[in-house]
Amino acid sequence: MRVRIEVNGEQHVADDVWEGESLLYVLRERLGLPGSKNACEQGECGSCTVYLDDVAVCACLVAAGQAHDRRVRTVEGLADGDRLDPVQEAYLVSGAVQCGFCTPGLIVATHDLLRRNPHPSDPEIREALAGNLCRCTGYEKILDAVRLAASRSDGG
Amino acid sequence: MTSTTTDTNTSTGIGASPVRPDGTLKVKGEFAYSSDLWADDMLWGATLRSPHPHARIRGVDLTGALKIAGVYAVLTHDDVPGVNRFGLEHPDQPVLAEDVVRYQGEPVAVVAADHPETARRAVAAITVDYEVLDPVTDPNTAADRPPLHPGGNVVRHVRIRKGDPGASASTVVSGEYTVGMQDQAFLGPESGMAVPAEDGGVDLFVATQWLHVDQSQVAAALGLPPEKVRITLAGVGGAFGAREDLSMQVHASLLALRTNRPVKFVYGREESFFGHVHRHPAILRYEHGADADGRLVYVRAEILLDGGAYASSTSAVVANAATLGAGPYDVPNVHIDAIGLYTNNPPCGAMRGFGAVQACFAYESQMDKLAAALDLDPVELRVRNALREGAAMPTGQIIDSAAPVAELLRLVRDRPLPAPAADDPRERPGGVANTTHGEGVRRGVGYGVGIKNVGFSEGFDDYSTASVRLWVSGGEPVVSVHTAAAEVGQGLVTLQAQIARTELGVRQVTVLPADTSVGSAGSSSASRQSYVTGGAVKAACEAVRAEVLDLVDAPGELYLNGGRVVDSAGATVAEVADLLGDRVVEQTVEWRHRPTEPIDPETGQGRAHVQYAFAAHRAVVDVDTELGLVRVVELACAQDVGRALNPQAVLGQIHGGSAQGLGLAVMEEILVVDGKVRNPSFTDYLIPTTLDTPPMAVDVLELADPHAPYGLRGVGEPPTISVTPAVVAAIRAATGVALTRVPVRPEHLVLAESPPHADTLVDDTE
Ligand code: FES
Ligand code: FES
Repeated sequence: MRVRIEVNGEQHVADDVWEGESLLYVLRERLGLPGSKNACEQGECGSCTVYLDDVAVCACLVAAGQAHDRRVRTVEGLADGDRLDPVQEAYLVSGAVQCGFCTPGLIVATHDLLRRNPHPSDPEIREALAGNLCRCTGYEKILDAVRLAASRSDGG
Repeated sequence: MTSTTTDTNTSTGIGASPVRPDGTLKVKGEFAYSSDLWADDMLWGATLRSPHPHARIRGVDLTGALKIAGVYAVLTHDDVPGVNRFGLEHPDQPVLAEDVVRYQGEPVAVVAADHPETARRAVAAITVDYEVLDPVTDPNTAADRPPLHPGGNVVRHVRIRKGDPGASASTVVSGEYTVGMQDQAFLGPESGMAVPAEDGGVDLFVATQWLHVDQSQVAAALGLPPEKVRITLAGVGGAFGAREDLSMQVHASLLALRTNRPVKFVYGREESFFGHVHRHPAILRYEHGADADGRLVYVRAEILLDGGAYASSTSAVVANAATLGAGPYDVPNVHIDAIGLYTNNPPCGAMRGFGAVQACFAYESQMDKLAAALDLDPVELRVRNALREGAAMPTGQIIDSAAPVAELLRLVRDRPLPAPAADDPRERPGGVANTTHGEGVRRGVGYGVGIKNVGFSEGFDDYSTASVRLWVSGGEPVVSVHTAAAEVGQGLVTLQAQIARTELGVRQVTVLPADTSVGSAGSSSASRQSYVTGGAVKAACEAVRAEVLDLVDAPGELYLNGGRVVDSAGATVAEVADLLGDRVVEQTVEWRHRPTEPIDPETGQGRAHVQYAFAAHRAVVDVDTELGLVRVVELACAQDVGRALNPQAVLGQIHGGSAQGLGLAVMEEILVVDGKVRNPSFTDYLIPTTLDTPPMAVDVLELADPHAPYGLRGVGEPPTISVTPAVVAAIRAATGVALTRVPVRPEHLVLAESPPHADTLVDDTE
């Protein structure tokens, strides 16, 4: 089948998509956007988190056909050219990135959290990010990064 | 595949925490991991694995697979042109099974097809005629079962004999402890791509921990000289030991050479559980004897480590469990037998902590039991017996640098305790499941301290190679550093550039992609890369510096700083750019740490290890004693790192290592029943999330080791070791339940025979 998706503001068309393919597979393997990661492909790790029409979802759980004629925003669409999004910048400087495999999903999830709740408490951060596994950091620096991004989005 | 350039000033040398050179790519989603590789005409590989833990293969029928459109090759062991064996220490594992499979998940055939789903369907269309055999699954009896390998089922038996074997003591405690099988659970599954080359060789892009040991094993299996197998490190999504053995490397290369097309493998999460070795499950029987003052008189132990179907690094794991088996304590009389076994369980090998984790859970549980028997504070008992610099290990090796075991314990003990839980379900065991309003919830505090060797031991020729170039570009001196050391997330790329900036006084340093065109760096494991590859980069920079300074005709000591040659007063003697002109200064150095020696096979005596590292933890837990739910409230850690070359990365290792040890304490276990894995998914194998991982307070000591580059001490593993017993001790303190196995599960707390009571430590295992 043919799937048409607007990804990061650009129209994309993928042909010969097999019905069983996920949005994640189409992004990674057909549209050349491998930023969203594939750590479980079962909805357990959050490494594939993207926006689907403004809702953060696990792209591995969305069938490619469900995304037809909809808008997707991935980690590749957050920075403005060389200017990182404040969430990306906060992860970078806080030491929240080690291997980085969890990072794209966590950054989209954090971006989504701060949109909904610009000043989350620690328990709120922990709850919001509980679906995103990281095996390297023990989450300490990830929490630092979220706090930093929240403080900066305030302009100070 | 990613070249990383940094342009910052020399205050981003060692001791600072500059931003990772690969960090911007990683936060933008542009860093190329091994699963992101792509070539126009590439094929997808897939693997047929044995469903049985032990079976004879009577026949394999490939015709169903070959008939499927889009399938380009289906290969079995008959298609392995070289030696159909690999293995880190003993080459005992077939690339593809021949007449026997020895574990569930053992590769039998591989397929290349034009879509991953086609490849999976082709795998499903292969029929294998198995004669199912009785699996050997119990390490207690494995040694006496029919041999799974020609030499029998004992991979290695290490004996440690120190002092008087008949020593007796006034207070004796004993116990049997069990450690479940833990998975490294890195987030980026095994993956990579093999590209056939014009010379009949192969270019392999893969996430691994040790490029050159992959190269030699792949070349042997392909029947090619090593130089025809060129390996480049692709982006690595975590490692923790699981990438030290081969996974898809040979399979992809075989298919690429057969089809003459690039072949990419990406394991899914379920396959990943079968695609790498795990932490050895262990049974540990300990007896500790102490005098009335709580001084240890003896430690006796028997440690069984289940190596599973193939040896992997079992030999070295057994040696660690044995040589470190008395813990960070000064013990006059030690008698330890550690035995690694072959079974038909999943193969086990390297995981962070490597043999020291299992032993530490047992000896620290014993120390708590001994403290209770002596009516001593558990920290006080440990402090009284703590190793110090100058003390002798059970191997007879004298510790010849800092061993601040007592100080680390005091640091974690003296930290303020966390406040009682707030009246908020998110701060209670069970969380928002709202399973308690605080009734039945008890708090407990526990301690653990551990010891780990850094680097490869027992006489292994442990070295790294670094090639450093200095030249002038755009009027400024610039440096490139080239090693084959695997960046697995720990921050080695940052560190290499920091060292070059410090040693050569430049701003711009590029760390080139790791590949096999430069000499071996050894493995990114054993907490060794800052030490060994750091040492190699430092030595190569020193050689470059000496060559540059040779060009200067000036008296006295000279240094490189800020792109200039300066004298000891800091006055500029020359600009490096002027001095060099078009000249390129390049030096390649192979660097070794002090040699170690093998241990005596009868007594275990010998200078086996190059460096020891220590960490201590205090854990605070809340336990819902009615439901057996545990919430770890806080972890405090103190660790000596010799010198923190990158303080932020040091903390990252301590936090991440602590979280993995917490996972072993209360969550993580590969459940194996009759040789079969029951939970190969992140749905059923749980690793700590943000809700399971507490805030961590960390004290970092920097007591320089005079034998190590910059005085550093390996960082990565110690925090994974001491946290597990600390968490379990805290649960015992909260519940009064004797706990002898990790991970602790709710039924261990709720169905315990002894009724839970809050304030004593009891153990009823005798
Ligand atoms: S890959 Fe989608 S949740 Fe893990
Ligand atoms: S940084 Fe490696 S999984 Fe999070």
